Amino acid sequence: MTIGSPKVRVPKDPVKKGDLVIIKTMIQHPMESGLRKDKDTGEIVPAHHVVSVKAVYNDKLVLDAVWTGAVSKNPYLGFHLRAEKTGPVEVTWKDDKGQEFKAAETITVA
Amino acid sequence: MENKDILAMNRRGFFRSVGAAGIAVAVGSTMAALPGTASANIDALIAEQVGPGTITMDKITLDIPDKAENGAMVRIPIVVNHPMEPNNYIEKVAVFVDENPKPFVASYNFIPESGQVNIEFRLKMAKTSMLRVVAKSNTGSLFGFSKKIEVAEGGCAG
Repeated sequence: MTIGSPKVRVPKDPVKKGDLVIIKTMIQHPMESGLRKDKDTGEIVPAHHVVSVKAVYNDKLVLDAVWTGAVSKNPYLGFHLRAEKTGPVEVTWKDDKGQEFKAAETITVA
Repeated sequence: MENKDILAMNRRGFFRSVGAAGIAVAVGSTMAALPGTASANIDALIAEQVGPGTITMDKITLDIPDKAENGAMVRIPIVVNHPMEPNNYIEKVAVFVDENPKPFVASYNFIPESGQVNIEFRLKMAKTSMLRVVAKSNTGSLFGFSKKIEVAEGGCAG
């Protein structure tokens, strides 16, 4: 299946300093837990899932997540942050095979 | 101390039976002896994520239905009603599903600049289970939420 296509979405319009804004993220990933059996072969499907998600804004790690294989596939993550100044929200996903994915979008503070 | 935690979680009437294994966990405190799949180890898993302490069932809002149609994708919107100020903020939120083969699902760390703990993600539930969320403040206060979620069709879980 497809892996990657990391996406970050921030408010399109300028926001005010101090506003709480919603950040929406998504990535294509199988999120195999290593506990599931293949329906046809009966064999365990090896683990392959995102283990961490980090979001940096204004030089600060505003969200630092640890994920297990119990997070749903093609995982969506929405979170909030307080807008301080115009700048990118940079999100990095890492999986248990060492693959890294990044995406960024800029918040505009009017 | 850990026995108190169990009581704190149960006092609000969340029906969880701590069996012999659970009590062994509470007094024995050796992780190696834990069964990997039983719900009895939830208290130890919670302590592993947020440390020991009494959990107050307060401040966490999780607005989801009692029934999940699809266990492969259960929407989990978490709001912690707590200030996010330099000396008084929520630093961690951890999520557990008791009946999953591995109950610890995810954790999220925050800083005051996060502004608000208001997140949403989706998780897998193998079957009907208690869902638990525990939040820890920078001063070590623990807040909890739990709810039984009925799963119509289990997700190939995690």
